[in-house]
Amino acid sequence: MNYIFEFSDALAAWPRLLEGLIYTAKLTVASIALGFFLGTFAAIVRHQKIPVLNSVVSVYVEVIRNTPFLVQAFLVFFGLSTLGLRLSAEFCAVLALTLNAGAYTCEIMRAGLDSVHRGQIEAAEAMGMTRPAIYWNILLLPATERVYPALTSQFVLVMLSSSITSQISAEELTGVANIIQSETFRSFEVYLIIGVIYLALSFAFRFAFWAIGLVIFPRKRLLGTSL
Amino acid sequence: MSGNYFLYLGTAALWTVGLSLMAMVGGGLLGFCIALLRVSPVKPFAWAAIAYIQVVQGIPLLVLLFISYFGFSIAGFNPSPLVTVVIAFSVYSAAYLGEIWRGSIQSVSKTQWEASSCLGFPRHLQLRQIILPQAVRIATPPTVGFMVQLVKNTSLASVVGFIELARAGQILNNTLFQPFTVFIFVALIYFCLCFPLSYVSKKLESSYVANR
Repeated sequence: MNYIFEFSDALAAWPRLLEGLIYTAKLTVASIALGFFLGTFAAIVRHQKIPVLNSVVSVYVEVIRNTPFLVQAFLVFFGLSTLGLRLSAEFCAVLALTLNAGAYTCEIMRAGLDSVHRGQIEAAEAMGMTRPAIYWNILLLPATERVYPALTSQFVLVMLSSSITSQISAEELTGVANIIQSETFRSFEVYLIIGVIYLALSFAFRFAFWAIGLVIFPRKRLLGTSL
Repeated sequence: MSGNYFLYLGTAALWTVGLSLMAMVGGGLLGFCIALLRVSPVKPFAWAAIAYIQVVQGIPLLVLLFISYFGFSIAGFNPSPLVTVVIAFSVYSAAYLGEIWRGSIQSVSKTQWEASSCLGFPRHLQLRQIILPQAVRIATPPTVGFMVQLVKNTSLASVVGFIELARAGQILNNTLFQPFTVFIFVALIYFCLCFPLSYVSKKLESSYVANR
């Protein structure tokens, strides 16, 4: 092996890498937030067994969970444009990631909602709590708290799969790297650098979720204790 | 879409299946070693396994594929796309399988270790005859669940020019210009591959919970 590593070309492009990093972060945060709302709503539908919506949601979840994200992104990006909708790559990336994250969040949140004991709800009803208050305080908050670790690892996976949106020409970190490597021909170095950036980003996300968890779930509980 | 196109997608789907199986075997062997290192009482081994898992799980598979693809060529090898892709997928699945199996091994009750060491089992026999047979039952549902992830993620092999189902869909779309039809059909094939696995995984999981 007589290859000489040359990182300077790739590192010289750092302002664009930084832009790509910010793009990735924005894309991820937007998709996580929207996907969380979509998934929680879907989980409530499934938990309440609302007649028609329940089957719609279950088909949505199974379809998304059993097809690759790449194909979903292609369908959103190329498919919607043939229907006459002119949408930016950015919008399609957020849409595809949100739909994807929503399906996984739905399954996780449903497990959380199912884990709340019926007696808790009956007790709340007996105390005269209103329906929305029961939903918020007795179901959603404790359920989210219980599945929070699973949610955060799913959200880190959303960040990692945001790299796939480079294939529908979204200029996030991997997309920027594709452009830089085609200009400098320093492919290995460029991808190694963004590999390190992604690694740092996933640690940053995990740390952020841990810190957020401390703020929104202040009560300390041992793992496995009942709600 | 005429018969030839279906045949083309069908052949490509076989490559998706083949690639998944090869990655599962490669990743399974490597992942098993990672899991054993991870539960090893020798601390540096466990740390090495943790580092491996953390690094691979923190990098997108797409970037891993690119690194493997370009890394081989600068190291002076010139392997076929199949080899680079299988190696990248093995490295990737080893990290996830290693973590799944680590959890399964550690969820076998500690008293099983203690009882078998009281009976004078050396460590390798403890693992082989006492711990692993119990861990396998716990590990099966999540392992099958991970196979679904693996089948879906083989679609990323398309970016380094490997012609499997997703790539075949792209090629077909470039000639037909009917993205909706083509990709829905591609998605349907993926669904037919993945849904049975998801179903089995779910059934295994509920039967495991019921038998516990």
